[in-house]
Amino acid sequence: MSGYLNLLDAFCTGLAGTPASQTIKSVAWIIPTLQTVHILAVAAVMTSVLMIDLRLLGVGARERTIPWIAHRFLPYVWWPLPVLFATGASLIVAEPVRTLKSPVFLVKMGLLVLAVGVTLVCQVPLRRDAQHWERSASLRWAARCIAIASLSLWVAIVFAGRWIAYAQGA
Amino acid sequence: MPRVLEVLQNLFQALQNSAVATAIREGESLFPWIECVHVLALTLVIGSIAIVDLRLIGLSSRDRSVVQTTSLALPVTWSAFVVAAITGGLLFSSNATGYAHNAYFQAKLVLIALAGTNMVAYHVLLGKDAAEWRTPAVTPRRARIAGALSLGLWVAIAVCGRWIGFTLTAPL
Repeated sequence: MSGYLNLLDAFCTGLAGTPASQTIKSVAWIIPTLQTVHILAVAAVMTSVLMIDLRLLGVGARERTIPWIAHRFLPYVWWPLPVLFATGASLIVAEPVRTLKSPVFLVKMGLLVLAVGVTLVCQVPLRRDAQHWERSASLRWAARCIAIASLSLWVAIVFAGRWIAYAQGA
Repeated sequence: MPRVLEVLQNLFQALQNSAVATAIREGESLFPWIECVHVLALTLVIGSIAIVDLRLIGLSSRDRSVVQTTSLALPVTWSAFVVAAITGGLLFSSNATGYAHNAYFQAKLVLIALAGTNMVAYHVLLGKDAAEWRTPAVTPRRARIAGALSLGLWVAIAVCGRWIGFTLTAPL
């Protein structure tokens, strides 16, 4: 464990010393702009996830079919991810210690893996059969559980993201 | 200082001294939690408004009418906006004089007012016949302008919001 932490320390120090890190940190507008683009991409993901999940729960958008909602909004869950990765990675380069050494950041990444997994669990069966989640009562319940898990995970990801600024690593 | 600004200054000072504002300012984690909810709400406001705006511009949802698109997205917009306004008000109260003097905060409020005006103008003056736009691939020019304006304004609001965090001064 301490070997890993030493390695992480060395990596953070090395990264913080790179010209890229120095540039991002020293030009005042770069970090706020990266964060703004990051938040706008989060907006696309969160809204799309909410639309899909409300429909799966049967709470909203009931005049639309599940296949329609999935087809309309799933692309907007996926395509912002490269933008989020690029802006997020740039913010890590700028401030490696604040991010990589923050427990909240690690929690956020763990939640992200889970959220992507849950999204795939929802999406993959729809490729074979667009009506999959409506085929039986138990599948309808499974879809509701997926929706609740998905919403909880994405909300937790947003919260964790904001908390990185406050929960500094040791 | 003009009289009206003096009154405002006193009002903000009183707000900042209130029990709620003091609790948010001095609490261990109250401010970050309220900020979390604020960020979540604003992502849903901007995301759901973008659904409508992109439809108005004619870039997406073209298999559905404008009315069908607004009935899907606007309930989310309004609910999220109420949450964003309440949490925003609470964050503001914790350092009311600081926010009031912050140029990005002032700009953000003006831009939100403009976005609201654009929406009201669109609904009242321009969008009266939205129900008749059954499934046109391209919406009328005035709708495309309103959509583009709204999208631009909300992006600018997000930019200003993020900059407040980098420029805000501590409470007086």
